[in-house]
Amino acid sequence: MSTLTEIGVHNPVEDFLRMERIPSIWCPGCGIGTTVNSFVHALIKTHTDMKKLVMVSGIGCSGRVGGYIGTDHFHTTHGRAIPFATGLSLANTELNVVVYSGDGDLVSIGGNHLIHAARRNVNLLVICVNNMIYAMTGGQAAATTPAASMSSTTPYGAFEPDINIPQLVDAAGAVYVARWTAFHVKQLETSMAEALKKKGFRFIEVVTPCPTLYQRRNNMGDGLAAMKDYKDRSKIRNGAGTHEVAMLPGEQIIVGKFVDRERQDYLTLMRSRLGANFQEWVDAPPQVEHEEGEGCGEC
Amino acid sequence: MATIADSIKTHTKLEHADQRAVLTGTHFMNGDAAACEGALAAGARFAAGYPITPSTEIVERFASRAPQVGGLFIQMEDELAASITLQGMVWAGQKSFTSTSGPGFSLMMEHIGYAAMTETPCVFFNVQRGGPSTGLPTLPAQGDMMQARFGSHGDYSLIALVPNSPQECFWLAVKAFNLAEQFRVPVMVMMDECVGHMTEKVVIPKAEEIEIFPRRAPSKPPGEFLAYGEIGEDLVPEMASAGEGYKIYVTGMTHDKRGYPLGNAEAQRILVGRQFEKLRRAEAELTLIDEDHMDDADVAVVSYGITSRVAERAIQLARAKGIKVGRMRLQGVWPFPEKRFREVAQRIKAFVAPELNMGQVVLEVERCAGGHCRTIALPHAGGTVHRPLDILAAIEKGAQA
Repeated sequence: MSTLTEIGVHNPVEDFLRMERIPSIWCPGCGIGTTVNSFVHALIKTHTDMKKLVMVSGIGCSGRVGGYIGTDHFHTTHGRAIPFATGLSLANTELNVVVYSGDGDLVSIGGNHLIHAARRNVNLLVICVNNMIYAMTGGQAAATTPAASMSSTTPYGAFEPDINIPQLVDAAGAVYVARWTAFHVKQLETSMAEALKKKGFRFIEVVTPCPTLYQRRNNMGDGLAAMKDYKDRSKIRNGAGTHEVAMLPGEQIIVGKFVDRERQDYLTLMRSRLGANFQEWVDAPPQVEHEEGEGCGEC
Repeated sequence: MATIADSIKTHTKLEHADQRAVLTGTHFMNGDAAACEGALAAGARFAAGYPITPSTEIVERFASRAPQVGGLFIQMEDELAASITLQGMVWAGQKSFTSTSGPGFSLMMEHIGYAAMTETPCVFFNVQRGGPSTGLPTLPAQGDMMQARFGSHGDYSLIALVPNSPQECFWLAVKAFNLAEQFRVPVMVMMDECVGHMTEKVVIPKAEEIEIFPRRAPSKPPGEFLAYGEIGEDLVPEMASAGEGYKIYVTGMTHDKRGYPLGNAEAQRILVGRQFEKLRRAEAELTLIDEDHMDDADVAVVSYGITSRVAERAIQLARAKGIKVGRMRLQGVWPFPEKRFREVAQRIKAFVAPELNMGQVVLEVERCAGGHCRTIALPHAGGTVHRPLDILAAIEKGAQA
């Protein structure tokens, strides 16, 4: 079987990846790679400086995304990608910090950090790949697992409703909130590009299939079946109120850009409020050394 | 205490503190404030924290001071966040720390392990209070000594320093940052409520008298540099920061020289082995003991932090009675200065080890004594300090042995 490279077709996405780490760990039919493709196209579209782009992730299948992208990457602890990224963003304002992780990592174990990062409005883009399950550990229920779903830890169906993530981050103060599915690759790319150009706390949820550990246990077919399902069930409603976008099993998936507003980011606000009390730190000027006997004339 | 310059065998050129952040002069301040000034003098401009008694004054002061020197303090939503936010700051190229006490220290454990595994140079101040759980929030203890060493899961090694006065809080804070950079390990500064809250004279010297160990820099350009592969004789890798074009890959997973995850026993042996060995090799320079009258001692009083100041009174009383007693005050507890203790054990009758816990560091003392001399523990549940007369009684018992 010949590869694209062998037949002379160059995929521009490859230039942005650590190709020595490909193939990825992801299963056939997984939607994470699809989101990476959209993300790289958004990087190309926005002429993002790869030297200053930093990818931060937590633990899980989606937490491996940053490790395939050819830029600085920090694979942190479970749930704590956002606070690590907060430190990076605050301590070096030149960095363009993107948190790329999963729903279990960002919303379940890391949910508190998600809320406070949105409230704080530090310059961070958070991309949450929502496959509705803890996939890396074998398919346990998460805070994002739809009600009544089967999982390895909910063998009688989940007794908890899932969380409406866009509503959560909207309420906490995110300046940009969008949701797409792995079917909406171009719309996702556009949202990612818009969000990359914006300051403050920006959030994009991407609903993706996990054929191995979510679809299978819930009789939802393979990755292709998921694409058909997303196509049939999705409805684009840009500007929809986030209280209206909860995902219910079998019902419409509302996608679109829900929030795009302006609010001073943390550092801009801090500096404007501190005024003269903030002393910009510049490296000390080099000390001029006078040669012996060659005084400056004033001392 | 040996200065850093005496002992450093790396090729890194020491720098001086930047005068703009050094509060040169003679002050009357508490240990928490002095620790904050030490951090500033050492070059820390960024910190993350979460309030908890009795350590809060460290970051309260830093929140006021940092913007004046181009930095900031951010109060995070909990200690889980604070203990990793500071590591983000470090990888952004800054020196950074957090401070905590009691339950907050427990919450930080996972990220102490992350710092050890990723070789992130950073400093944790723990102003110890009574525990377990909420315990005695406003009263002293030294019950976190073993937790500081072994609290995170897995095998790792780190450095822990123990000041016994506000003046020493300043100096050991400076030293903590220097050692963190030199060895690329998390460094614990294990204060206690008494040392944190006592107010005493603190002399802060001129900036040019404060030596600073700068961040290790990559010696190779991007493309050639291996994030965990540029290792000299001291076994400490060079360090690139985010945004410099090195495309660094940093993970808490077992990794290879590039920093890429590598999940097998051989990679684990090489990585964890080197991380242990880099501190083991430096045992001599990490042996930080303030000794007195140890030449002819029959009994050595081993103590640290506030307990060492109570013990000093007992030592005076014992000497007045003609007992040959010496002082071994630990300024660094981890790695434990094993070699020195094994030497001393050969020629004394007993170690006496008072500490404000039910017996932690004394376990190390007894291990190193190896049966060559007695080890007398003086456990105390905390909340107040020992009575000098109780320590004196133990010294007398040891002298008879």
